[in-house]
Amino acid sequence: MVDHVRAESAGTRVAWRVIVYGLLILVAMYYLVPLFVMLTTSVKTLDEIRTGNLISLPTQVTFDAWAKAWGSACTGADCGGLKGNFWNSMRFVLPAVAISTLIGAFNGYVLTQWRFRGSDMLFTILLVGCFIPFQVVLLPMAQTLGWLGLANTTAGLVFVHVVYGLAFTTLFFRNFYVSVPEEMVKAARIDGAGFFTIFWRIILPLSPPIIVVCVIWQFTQIWNDFLFGVVFSSGERQPITVALNNLVNTSTGVKEYNVDMAAAIIAALPTLFVYVVAGKYFVRGLTAGSVKG
Amino acid sequence: MNAPVAGSSRPHRSALDALEAALPKIVLGPTLICSLLFVYGFIAWTGVLSFTRSRLLPNYEFVGFTQYLKLFENERWWVALENLGVFAGLFVFVCMAVGLLLAILLDQKIRAEGFLRSIYLYPMALSFIVTGTAWKWILNPGLGVERLVRQMGFPGFTFDWLVNPKMSIYTVVIAGVWQSSGFVMALFLAGLRGIDDSIIKAAQVDGATMPRIYWSIIIPSLRPVFFSAVMILAHIAIKSFDLVMALTGGGPGFSSDLPATFMYAFGFTRNQIGLGAASAMMMLATVVAVIMPMMYSEVRRSRRG
Repeated sequence: MVDHVRAESAGTRVAWRVIVYGLLILVAMYYLVPLFVMLTTSVKTLDEIRTGNLISLPTQVTFDAWAKAWGSACTGADCGGLKGNFWNSMRFVLPAVAISTLIGAFNGYVLTQWRFRGSDMLFTILLVGCFIPFQVVLLPMAQTLGWLGLANTTAGLVFVHVVYGLAFTTLFFRNFYVSVPEEMVKAARIDGAGFFTIFWRIILPLSPPIIVVCVIWQFTQIWNDFLFGVVFSSGERQPITVALNNLVNTSTGVKEYNVDMAAAIIAALPTLFVYVVAGKYFVRGLTAGSVKG
Repeated sequence: MNAPVAGSSRPHRSALDALEAALPKIVLGPTLICSLLFVYGFIAWTGVLSFTRSRLLPNYEFVGFTQYLKLFENERWWVALENLGVFAGLFVFVCMAVGLLLAILLDQKIRAEGFLRSIYLYPMALSFIVTGTAWKWILNPGLGVERLVRQMGFPGFTFDWLVNPKMSIYTVVIAGVWQSSGFVMALFLAGLRGIDDSIIKAAQVDGATMPRIYWSIIIPSLRPVFFSAVMILAHIAIKSFDLVMALTGGGPGFSSDLPATFMYAFGFTRNQIGLGAASAMMMLATVVAVIMPMMYSEVRRSRRG
């Protein structure tokens, strides 16, 4: 009797496992299908796209669409492909990530180890920057960039991304450094170590995990940004997300879906690469900095 | 603390010591100034613009609430608000449901859990523009899903949501859920892993079934995760801009406009700066209404911690 019950429950357990795995794999397919469709479409010829369907495999693989997306597709008036915009993006993303991370690290250090009267309140004031919809600063910023002579420049985009990234980088470092025991820093201060010495000798060696999280987060956010790019740059200076959108929504001529897909993958490659290489840190950043949309 | 002592014994170093003592404030200064100027100052500036007659260029002729009145007489704004309601409601609900289900399934001691998790999460690494482009192709009326289903033996099948003004906003929901539900899964999974096993074991000893344990013990204890996930998703929904631009461009017509695309259209392409500013202020008000409770609990938590 007891054995019978046990056998039955083992049976239902197996059935349950099958359902669980089945569901998980089904959902995984749902997430993977768009990537699969993008990849296969990008290596098909236009004829094959018109005669085949979404999930049919290409009969002959061609990288013409990739070459065109990179070097000669039209993004609005300009027909030089995405390569210029790809390097544009790199040119403002890398400095913006480096500067905002560096300042964020110092801010976090001050807000946890060198607290002064009112520093907690200052942190709360800064934090608001994480929550605002950026639409509410666009019009004044457009005018200010014009006054500063930074309109439609790489420096202008660096500036905007640093300014509106600081709240997040500060939040990351502040929440990380808050767990560094104060005694360590106090002891160093009694020994006569100054602000920068302590940062360099004690804080920085503890920081690699949070630096990686912060850099990945900032890189993903700034590379993927569209709003600032579309508002504060035009023509050849546009970042890759804006160029991709122009390319896809250009209504002249024959719609080349294979070029669209190749372009989309090119635009996604840097962040996908980071995700594949350092996914663990990416997820940590997501859960820590998840307030940003 | 020891700065005055050092200063009195070695007077020539007092200036340096004063500098050293002020360093933390000097370091924090630029960020604070940026925040006051470019966040608070610019919000105020946008607020001022929303009370002016500004069109192509900012102009400081005040017209009271005229722009807000115009905004709420504008049919397109109402469409955008209605779409925001539909989009935010469905986006939040479906993301929560899918995220929770995936997290519970993944928590059943699954082989290759890490691998599956990274599949569910990779869309978060993509730009909304990339996501929009991909789904625009998949949902393409004619060559996309419609063709596929027809070839599978349903010749009468139509799927034209992308070009159907009544349905276009739902394509934004589909793509948005695809991008963001894995993230909700990660939040819930972290929450599940934080639950004390001994409570569950005690319930099992008492003879409770697993569904019942989930329903009356585990899910209720995830309350804080529910709370923050809803806030984050609502926040994403209110700010949604890129996805609509890439997927439908707000169209057909303006049937899939959201407040963010409305603001961009009027503030930057249709030369109605005053109206654009008013719509931006309304967006801010919406975010404040949604985010305030979260900010409040966050501040309370960090004070306790």
